[in-house]
Amino acid sequence: MAGEKAPEKKPAEKKPAKKKAGEKKPAEQKPSQKAAGDKKKRVKKYHASRNPVLARGIGRYSRSAMYARKALYKRKYTAPETKIEKKKKEMPRATITKPVGGDKNGGSRVVKIRKMPRYYPTEDVPRKLLSHGKKPFCEHKRRLRGSITPGTVLILLTGRHRGKRVVFLKQLDTGLLLVTGPLAVNRVPLRRAHQKFVIATSTKVDLTGVKIPKHLTDSYFKKKRLRKPKHQEGEIFDTEKEKYELTEQRKADQKAVDSQILARIKKVPQLRGYLRSTFSLSNGVYPHKLVF
Amino acid sequence: VFKRFVEIGRVAFISFGPHAGKLVAIVDVIDQNRALVDGPCSGVRRQAMPFKCMQLTDFVLKFPHSARQKCVRRAWEKENINEKWSATRWAKKIEAREKKAKMTDFDRYKVMKAKKMRNRIIKHEMKKLQRMASKKGKKPGKPEKAAKGKKPEKAPKAKKPEKAPAPKAQKAQK
Repeated sequence: MAGEKAPEKKPAEKKPAKKKAGEKKPAEQKPSQKAAGDKKKRVKKYHASRNPVLARGIGRYSRSAMYARKALYKRKYTAPETKIEKKKKEMPRATITKPVGGDKNGGSRVVKIRKMPRYYPTEDVPRKLLSHGKKPFCEHKRRLRGSITPGTVLILLTGRHRGKRVVFLKQLDTGLLLVTGPLAVNRVPLRRAHQKFVIATSTKVDLTGVKIPKHLTDSYFKKKRLRKPKHQEGEIFDTEKEKYELTEQRKADQKAVDSQILARIKKVPQLRGYLRSTFSLSNGVYPHKLVF
Repeated sequence: VFKRFVEIGRVAFISFGPHAGKLVAIVDVIDQNRALVDGPCSGVRRQAMPFKCMQLTDFVLKFPHSARQKCVRRAWEKENINEKWSATRWAKKIEAREKKAKMTDFDRYKVMKAKKMRNRIIKHEMKKLQRMASKKGKKPGKPEKAAKGKKPEKAPKAKKPEKAPAPKAQKAQK
């Protein structure tokens, strides 16, 4: 396989190389170009192990013998110098001269940019043992139940909209579900819902071709907290934004999404009324026996 | 007192066990508790089966005792038991129960709406008749009520869309 690759690459290499050279002397050019082509492309061809195995983990030749066999005396590489030189040139500035005010002060001082630490702890913090698999929240694997697909009608179980039937749009990066009433149907806006606190019904709205704006992410929905305490102990509790204010952007986004979905809801008979109704249990109705 | 007897050829419905829900014909009686049973048209191999898991139906086939499966099959197909069975109320009730259990949340909503509409129409008619009866006096009103009470039940059935008659049929059989 490796042998076949080389000749295949050579004819491929030849043609562009020829065109570049401008077709000087095809007969003479060929061997030299082949050699040049070979040297360029043969780096990829690896030799099999030159150390036959006697038993598992034991080779025929010693380290020094292998050194000779692999001709490592010939193969001594040094790092390309230009980079070192570059780095030597590109060392970051260590000091900076800053102007200094005041009379007879000399006008400027040479100040270090990266200063020595002003405090060393008396006891060093013990080195923590290595752990693996402990990922931060942002790297966690997000799962989605198989029964929840875009367009599924979900029943919200918690929150101020509990019992309401709602259309699922997509799963956000944190794993929460983006969901909408639609607003005109049951007063549930574009909102996040938690997968665990939701019942997925088998009713699905066909959402093919529905485009959800890209800016609807977790940060868009995250609650905003004002944090500017001015050390006035009497009024700290009032300045927090308790009242939710409806922004124009939210309204626009809601309209954009809902207009697409409402059209599809109207196609299915009785679906609109279904979404308007709320879910409840009554006597003789047992959730474990219900098929959703 | 007893109308259905265990006899050769009696078709029985299996109520529990691995063959629950299937029909079989009693081919022979083994002892006090068991019968040799065969259901060629319902996918039950010829085997012994305790009487406890069998429930007798109204159908009896004609074949001699210990007849082979071919004869049982012939008798079964001649009598067309499968069709007769699905026409019985018993089978219909079973089917309605299954359908009800499979109802999804959306189906339940649709049934609720259909029932509500139906009841409203019935109530409306009833109120009308009651009003008429109370106006005219009680005697001429009574026979009219009985005749008119049946009509509104049929009208709503014809109006509803596809799904609703199915859930309504279930509801009617409850």
